[in-house]
Amino acid sequence: MKASAFAYARATSVANALELLAVHGEKARVLSGGQSLIPAMNLRLVAPEVIVDIGGLAELRGIVIEGETLVIGALTRHADLLKSSDIVKCAPLLAAAVAHIAHPAIRNRGTIGGSLAQADPASELPACMLTLGASIVVRGPGGERRIAAEEFFRGIYETQLAPQDLLVAVELPVADSGSAHFFQEFARRHGDYAITGLAAQAVLEGDRFAALRLGYFAVGDRPVLAEAAGKLTGVTVTPALLAEASDALSDELDPHEDQQATPAMRRHLARILLTRCMASLLKRPDLQIGGVA
Amino acid sequence: MTAPVAISLSVNGERVEAHVLPRLNLADFLREHLKLTGTHLGCEHGVCGACTVRVGGEIVRSCLMLAVQANDTVVETIEGLSDSGEIADLQAAFRDRNALQCGFCTPGMLMAAQDLLREKRMPARDEIREHLSGNYCRCTGYQAIIDAVETTAQMRMELKV
Amino acid sequence: MSSIRTNPERLSVLDRPNSYIGKTVPRPNLDRLLQGRGSYVSDLELPRMAHVVFLRSPHAHAKIVNIDVAPAKQMSGVIAVVTGEELAAVITPWVGVLSHLKGLKSAPQSAIAVGRVCWQGEAVAAIVATSRAAAEDAAEHVAVQYEELEAATDMRTALDPATPIIHASLGDNLAFERIHEAGAVDQAFAESDAVVEADFVFGRHTGVTLEPRSVVASWNAAEARLTIHQGTQAPHMVQNIAALHLGLRDSQVRVVCKDVGGSFGIKVHIYADEMATYALAKMLRRPVKFVADRVESFNTDIHARDHRCKGKIGIKRDGTITAFEIDDLTGIGPYSMYPRTSAIEANQVVNLVGGPYSNKNYRARARVVFQNKNVMCQYRAVGHPIACSVTEGLVDLAALEIGMDPVEIRRRNLIADDAYPCTSPSGLRFEQLSHHASLTKIVEMMDYQALRSEQARLRKDGIFRGIGIASFIEVTNPSAAFYGVGGARISSQDGVAVRLDAQGSVICLTSITEQGQGSESLTAQIVGSVLGVSMDRVRVVLGDTDMTPYGGGTWASRGAGIGGEAALQATKVLRQNILDVAAAILQASPAELDIVNNVVVSASDGTPRIDLNELARIVYFRPDTLPPGIQPELMATRHFVPREYPFAFTNGVQAAWVEVDTDTGFVKLLRHWVVEDCGTIINPQLVDEQIRGGVVQGLGAALFEKCIYDDRGQLTNANMADYLVPMSGEMPDIDVGHVVSPTRESELGAKGAGEAGTAGAAAAVTNAVNDALTPFETIITEIPLTPQVILTALKKI
Ligand SMILES: Cc1cc2nc3c(=O)[nH]c(=O)nc-3n(C[C@H](O)[C@H](O)[C@H](O)COP(=O)(O)OP(=O)(O)OC[C@H]3O[C@@H](n4cnc5c(N)ncnc54)[C@H](O)[C@@H]3O)c2cc1C
Ligand code: FES
Ligand code: FES
Repeated sequence: MKASAFAYARATSVANALELLAVHGEKARVLSGGQSLIPAMNLRLVAPEVIVDIGGLAELRGIVIEGETLVIGALTRHADLLKSSDIVKCAPLLAAAVAHIAHPAIRNRGTIGGSLAQADPASELPACMLTLGASIVVRGPGGERRIAAEEFFRGIYETQLAPQDLLVAVELPVADSGSAHFFQEFARRHGDYAITGLAAQAVLEGDRFAALRLGYFAVGDRPVLAEAAGKLTGVTVTPALLAEASDALSDELDPHEDQQATPAMRRHLARILLTRCMASLLKRPDLQIGGVA
Repeated sequence: MTAPVAISLSVNGERVEAHVLPRLNLADFLREHLKLTGTHLGCEHGVCGACTVRVGGEIVRSCLMLAVQANDTVVETIEGLSDSGEIADLQAAFRDRNALQCGFCTPGMLMAAQDLLREKRMPARDEIREHLSGNYCRCTGYQAIIDAVETTAQMRMELKV
Repeated sequence: MSSIRTNPERLSVLDRPNSYIGKTVPRPNLDRLLQGRGSYVSDLELPRMAHVVFLRSPHAHAKIVNIDVAPAKQMSGVIAVVTGEELAAVITPWVGVLSHLKGLKSAPQSAIAVGRVCWQGEAVAAIVATSRAAAEDAAEHVAVQYEELEAATDMRTALDPATPIIHASLGDNLAFERIHEAGAVDQAFAESDAVVEADFVFGRHTGVTLEPRSVVASWNAAEARLTIHQGTQAPHMVQNIAALHLGLRDSQVRVVCKDVGGSFGIKVHIYADEMATYALAKMLRRPVKFVADRVESFNTDIHARDHRCKGKIGIKRDGTITAFEIDDLTGIGPYSMYPRTSAIEANQVVNLVGGPYSNKNYRARARVVFQNKNVMCQYRAVGHPIACSVTEGLVDLAALEIGMDPVEIRRRNLIADDAYPCTSPSGLRFEQLSHHASLTKIVEMMDYQALRSEQARLRKDGIFRGIGIASFIEVTNPSAAFYGVGGARISSQDGVAVRLDAQGSVICLTSITEQGQGSESLTAQIVGSVLGVSMDRVRVVLGDTDMTPYGGGTWASRGAGIGGEAALQATKVLRQNILDVAAAILQASPAELDIVNNVVVSASDGTPRIDLNELARIVYFRPDTLPPGIQPELMATRHFVPREYPFAFTNGVQAAWVEVDTDTGFVKLLRHWVVEDCGTIINPQLVDEQIRGGVVQGLGAALFEKCIYDDRGQLTNANMADYLVPMSGEMPDIDVGHVVSPTRESELGAKGAGEAGTAGAAAAVTNAVNDALTPFETIITEIPLTPQVILTALKKI
């Protein structure tokens, strides 16, 4: 099981990377952490003719806070997110999510840019981007543009990125001090891709949600920001209301079937996650007992 | 560009200069070019952990890294860690606890275990299980490995090393 | 550790001062593996070595219309591209049948497919090149034109008239059928207070050895000799078969096997691609290396356990089991595997169901059918997990039916510990088992009553935990009854040669092999103990047909029991020979002397008389100083095979403690216990770790592992991300206890322990999950117990 032959170019700057991508177009692939691309190449599922290695571009690495915005460079690794105090402070949901990605050795190389560009619907980070209202910063032949996370993911392994584009960073609003988060996923084994997962962030006012965002993953061909959240915002959450919101959630999801789960099972697990999320964020264990399932 | 690329790196403390095809991964480079066959291949798609080595002090899957990406880095393999004595105690604990049977997973396990022990002085059993959760062992059932890592952590605590 | 029976003869050689028997001593030579300095076949490189890659069929069943190898042959690095027809000139086909499995049939199989492919993954061409990568590049340019044929994939319809017959010459898709009846089954069911039935379904799974199958075959044209370096459990079997099909004499084939990265039965067979590799080496007159990649491992390593078994049990209100009945069906792929055949697993199921119980009424049918999927054959604990899951599942169902505790129903039905020797309704002869002692011990270890209380308490809080018990028997130490009587050229005896060298160290050559079980260690422990030398002086050599005595190797839990006894007997002879020489030198009588700690001493008071190295020096360098007429023999060889019992049965019991999340269908394994009886324990640590490793393989089967085929015969999860093996994060700690009933067949008294863990783990977990789910009144008899299966059973989805 050995990768097909390819030509290799080590990009010397973002501009250089963009030039290389412009020249080679569809034949080229960006190599970031390689934790998704190289397995696919070893299995000969893909055989790019040219690899543009962006790994050395220091300008794409790092986490900075710019006022109310958290900027994470595309080359920031999962391990960096996990260890960063800025992330714990400004985007604690991400810290919680990253712990579920693969295993230490993979987190030492896999990058946020790679994960978002890969757009695996079962991945944690794309859903977090939706939940956190991130902008994806992309540079291409026409210059730099920002794409809202909700617009960015187009399908299984599909994004708004064109072959000549480079994802350079993500920008997130710094989390309110009063906000709370919930992250849970159901995976068969530690580090496996999830069967269904939920990345949620909320702002609480008393016993109600002033804001609630529910980013589901592994429930379809792309991450979903559930509209059912609307039903639970600004009101007191009762078991009846939760049941209603769960039904709405079931209706709006269009899950896929794979070896792990049928669509019905994914809908069911999504409802379970909603219940657990509510019980946890509102500190209302009563919501979970005799839950909606 | 398909031609071999010159790379220069440190492997187990030795300077290595080589010309490698871009498609050659680090595991095959170590095994076939440098004859460091202690780094094993169990899946070649990133799941089993048998190929775990240290690059720049951090563990990585050497089957998921190109040799060209290792240019200018410091690579350490099981042979290096053995010769430097860095994991002599961990190896002894594995031996005493029979934490290996066929031994094929062992180099990768030792790499991952040492990584944990450098990060955390006294990890709980669950943390050990979690840190090693990306390293497949078909023989032992894992418990002996967890025990050996736990024992090593305790011994290092006592010795304050 | 409680001992049911002691074997007085053992005291003489095994309980000597400084004996290593029964002690935990670290395995010698582990440092090699700990430092990454082992020698696995996948590490091996020879001068002029080429790499072979097999182009494999994408179809489950297809006619090969044409193969165009010309473009591939032109590619850089390519040495040869060889089709099945071309290779057939070098190696003959084979048929995997054995005469004692009456009626078993199969079709001739070729090293590389000729004219037709019968499963997705069957090799259609070999590409030999200077590197694996170059061979893979060229494989993409071999153009094969296929004409797809209808595939028979579902075992349930394999025998239907509408299903295509895979091998027309065989007449149908039935490979083997066995029907067995004992006692008065109908009457027993009629007289029962209740009869319970269930359909048990077992997922197909595979061994996933971490080191894939690997071979380096090297033909020396000048010597006309083939050297095969292969990670195999049975070197002499490989030698014999390779020679047979390559038209060579045994002496023209040498099989060398050093470190092996896991085997579990996966590497006890001879695969078509391995045969092809031997043939290519001969054809191309150079070393050829084949290392399966992970995808081809999934597609071609034998699969196992794909069974559907209907089971029925009769029960009286007092808990007496009245009868067992099973109807088992299994699909083995398109060929019966060679040379061990693919009927053994189903045959074992018939043999083993009901085995732990004193019931005498038993009816069984097993059918083995062909299908267009990868071949199935013997994998660790052959047939045991199926037989155990069916038996123990039925026993729990019966207990539930009459409202009896699962431990109690077993107490009332397990064969009494003093009832041996006895024979099971399927005809198995048991020398001495300890079901009751084992059950008592496990109940104590797990604190059964406390767990039951905890279970009841937590249930009130909506936490559902369950306890599962599974008693089992295990076949070990097989005699010629397993393969030899059926015509297989697989040795059931093993041999050991021990030699005292000139500096007083001991070289021991054994025909058993090492894949991590500790064969080397237990051999050294026995030799050291019996001879009276320290283990560090004993060097064990295994895995080389040019060097070791002839023997079977390590499989079917036979290494310790058979190879260990041969080591014991050989060492006894050597010891006597040494004492004879010492007596001559010292002008004493041999009976006055003993060997302790590398020194010949006075038996009476331990006074040192002569060091072994001094004795050896005299023998080898100054034989002229020995008294006339003395010819020292400082090397001794002995062989052993059990003769009285065809198999040494062992027994044990496992218990699982699990929690089921009834919202999500996830099962958490909280703890697992095993008590087993493998007779004399040579090294407790090795036994315990064999059990733990085996249990985890069984837990993998229970929760995770399954080869998922679609209805066109495509294996859809042939990679390690989608085929889920058990990893450390989900596995529980496992407590192991022992009862010891040595076999009298050997002086050593050891039976096997390699498969006990795997035999009962899935049954215990399934019973535990069902126990946890009792409030929901649902019974699951299918593994793996995936969240999907559990949620469906709970009607949540
Ligand atoms: C065993 C295993 C388990 C895993 N489990 C999980 C898991 O549970 N959850 C999870 O989310 N992930 C998982 N991963 C994947 C891992 O997180 C990857 O690191 C990640 O998906 C891709 O990041 P990368 O930097 O490695 O990208 P690469 O593999 O380098 O690239 C991935 C793709 O994105 C493109 N790309 C990369 N960077 C850019 C860029 N800056 N601009 C444009 N295109 C770009 C590449 O061309 C390629 O197509 C797992 C991987 C393995 C091997
Ligand atoms: S060989 Fe690299 S992870 Fe398996
Ligand atoms: S010891 Fe064999 S795979 Fe771990």
